[in-house]
Amino acid sequence: MQNIDGQIPVKKLRDLLNPLLVPLLAIFTAMVAGGIIIAIVGGNPFAAYWGLVQGSFGSAAALSETAVWATPYIFAGLAVAVAFKGGLFNIGAEGQLAFGAVMAALIGYALPGWLHIDLPAYIHIPLTVGLGMLAGAIWAAIPGALKAYTGGHEVINTIMMNYIALNITSFLLNGPMRDPDPLNLSARTPEIAASARIPTIFPDLRVHWGFVLALLVAVIIWWLLWKTTMGFEIRTVGANPDAAKYAGINVKRTIVITMAISGALAGLAGAIEVTALNYRHELGFSVGYGFDSIAIALLGKTNPFGVVLAAILFGAMRNGGTRMQFMTQIPVDIISVIQGLILLFVAADAIIRFIYRIRVREERVVLTRGWGG
Amino acid sequence: MATNDIVLEAKGITKHFPGVLANDHVDFDLHKGEIHALLGENGAGKTTLMNILYGLYLPDSGEIQVDGKPAVIHTPKDSITLGIGMVHQHFMLIPVFTVAENIMLGDEIVRNKIVLDQKAVAKRVRDLSHQYGLEINPETLVSQLPVGVQQRVEIVKALYRNAHILILDEPTAVLTPQEADELFVIMHELTKRGVSIIFITHKLKEVLAVADRITVMRDGKVVGTAKPKETDEAKLASMMVGREVILKVDKDPAKPGNEILKVDGLKVHDIRGLEVVRDVSFHVLAGEVLGIAGVQGNGQTELVEALTGLRSMAGGKMWFSGKDMTGKPPRPITETGMAHIPEDRQRHGLVLGYTVADNMVLNTYYLPPFGVHNMLQPAAIDSNARKLIEDYDVRTPSPYVPVGKLSGGNQQKVIVARELSHPVKLLVANQPTRGLDVGSIEYIHKEIIVMRDRGVAVLLVSAELDEIMALSDRIAVMYRGQIVATVDAAKVTREQLGLWMAGAHPEE
Repeated sequence: MQNIDGQIPVKKLRDLLNPLLVPLLAIFTAMVAGGIIIAIVGGNPFAAYWGLVQGSFGSAAALSETAVWATPYIFAGLAVAVAFKGGLFNIGAEGQLAFGAVMAALIGYALPGWLHIDLPAYIHIPLTVGLGMLAGAIWAAIPGALKAYTGGHEVINTIMMNYIALNITSFLLNGPMRDPDPLNLSARTPEIAASARIPTIFPDLRVHWGFVLALLVAVIIWWLLWKTTMGFEIRTVGANPDAAKYAGINVKRTIVITMAISGALAGLAGAIEVTALNYRHELGFSVGYGFDSIAIALLGKTNPFGVVLAAILFGAMRNGGTRMQFMTQIPVDIISVIQGLILLFVAADAIIRFIYRIRVREERVVLTRGWGG
Repeated sequence: MATNDIVLEAKGITKHFPGVLANDHVDFDLHKGEIHALLGENGAGKTTLMNILYGLYLPDSGEIQVDGKPAVIHTPKDSITLGIGMVHQHFMLIPVFTVAENIMLGDEIVRNKIVLDQKAVAKRVRDLSHQYGLEINPETLVSQLPVGVQQRVEIVKALYRNAHILILDEPTAVLTPQEADELFVIMHELTKRGVSIIFITHKLKEVLAVADRITVMRDGKVVGTAKPKETDEAKLASMMVGREVILKVDKDPAKPGNEILKVDGLKVHDIRGLEVVRDVSFHVLAGEVLGIAGVQGNGQTELVEALTGLRSMAGGKMWFSGKDMTGKPPRPITETGMAHIPEDRQRHGLVLGYTVADNMVLNTYYLPPFGVHNMLQPAAIDSNARKLIEDYDVRTPSPYVPVGKLSGGNQQKVIVARELSHPVKLLVANQPTRGLDVGSIEYIHKEIIVMRDRGVAVLLVSAELDEIMALSDRIAVMYRGQIVATVDAAKVTREQLGLWMAGAHPEE
């Protein structure tokens, strides 16, 4: 048995491709099923998918828009993935994202006025984005602390905190933070100062440096989880909290930290949308990012790089859907159906394994434990 | 009594699981009125064979005959119809139901198609218990019965379904030595009345005491069948393991040193808030093994969890290495030099999805050389794993295999290697050999004595009296949360310890 080789094993190609197998087959199966639905409602699936590809990757503008869509998906998907790694199911990304956006908008438009100085961009942007992250982190740390110290289940508490966050946001955008412009009819904040705006990469495309930051953050999260002792603690608590306690890890503190990191990433998603894209926060802009991010984290198998790929796929589908509708008159809602099917097949991977006769090779990823677990 | 009529015969049973040949052309027969022991290590294929006989698995090939007729057993229902009853290691009883209710469960006597006939069941249970000499009261709640009597309920449950072949899976694991002796009497009574028994175990003494024939399995094959008179423990052990095994632990007299652990008036509550460790005081010296004997569930688990910082103390004090460590969390206790081999290795001792290498630094990952400036050091973790795999003879294809894929014995070696690789003053070993094969038990016993002789204080908790007697220098007996006696291991008999474990007072 003991054929111990003299070096750290280099991962074989098959080992690298194996975790991608189920997600790729899930996407493929969902596309086939979606195609059948398109055919049933009288459309041409091939034309529809061609429109989708054209709309998402067919031109520089299409690529740029795909990246714009993917940016919040990457941040929020990483948020959910980090929580999963720590054994926590953060359904509250939506609310954390909203608070990140509200905080970023506030700091973005109000801070220069409060301080009575013009802030340089290199101070104002980090401050805006950083406080947006902090808002998300605090909002997520609350259910984390409730879980750690009272046993209150984070799924229930993050769902409830979503309602609180979204209603407070609605109040703020209709009340104290409402854009005072007499022409304004919607619940939105004033525009943020020019010094708080993250610039675009190319002059005539909307893709901004926030997308590059998202890719960078994915690398940082991978590094944090697998290269640092804190990441070891997060993963150990997620994999086996009893063993983590035995190993001397402060399980309660780790749960709070994990939720705070998760919330910071969700808050970052909101802050970047404000500072790099919309330049204000408007009620309703973010609806769904926080929930789609759960699907993205699952499709990405909670791996930071998997999350990036899944986020780009979801971004491309959201972006290309409009073009598809324009070219084939197939309603853009079919995209939601396909995304739902992808999630179904990834979550219930037994279906995929059954259809394609894949033997279970890897240990099943246990994403969360049961009540009180 | 044993006769030559064959009631059950399995011929050429073969069963594959992915990557494993669990049963390889196994032949097994059972005579009427015989106790036939099936002996083997974990993974030898005993359980697979029994699950095939009980209808939980279908064999890939081979045939089964019951009472001389070919039998097709697809489900447990088929085997019950054929008169085969199984008593599992973990009882399948509902505590809040009465004995009668538990026995009739799934086979109720019903009047007018809807009304349960409790009286008829109770009468039937009484008749059966008289007939076979198994004293039980059908109206008692199962939760009020001691474990040994609960086991009797399981046996009556099988007899109620007209079983004449009984499979007893590790029946003595949960019993005191006295309760086990009572079970053996019952088994003989049953065989006198024509019941045939398959007795699954890995305890050699019991097999020699009770069985009419002994079949030993190893690696899915039958190694041989013997009569107790023609064999002995050493022969059976080497048949099980496939090589010579030293059963007796060789050790010199202890040379006790300073007091390493002192516990005074310790009280611990379980999750329901009940006081399960009640005012326990003891000490462990450097260079000695203090064994804590007791039937499972008498507070040993909670005692160890409190000492190692996993559970809070409700009262009392603990000094470790001269320092007051009362109520400290696990990390400072570990850093002071406590090694802990936990009772439930898969729950506390390992992260099954992690590699062997990561598990070997599970509680030292943050210390140099494994963690430097909050960064994991893969090279140091790698060389640590390779060294420990070599030193402790962990059988793994590589340090990067998930530890959950190793056998139980090798998983335990990973824990032992990790715990003994950092500076140790006190080793707390709770059920260190539970569920392990003879070879691994031999290894871990040797390692515990090596640590003792190096001047480490050892607190050994075990429900296996043989293990306690083989390793301990002093023995404390725990019963219902209290230490009822502490004695010199050389001056006490097995019988005496058994009485104390069952609740007898030392003065009597």
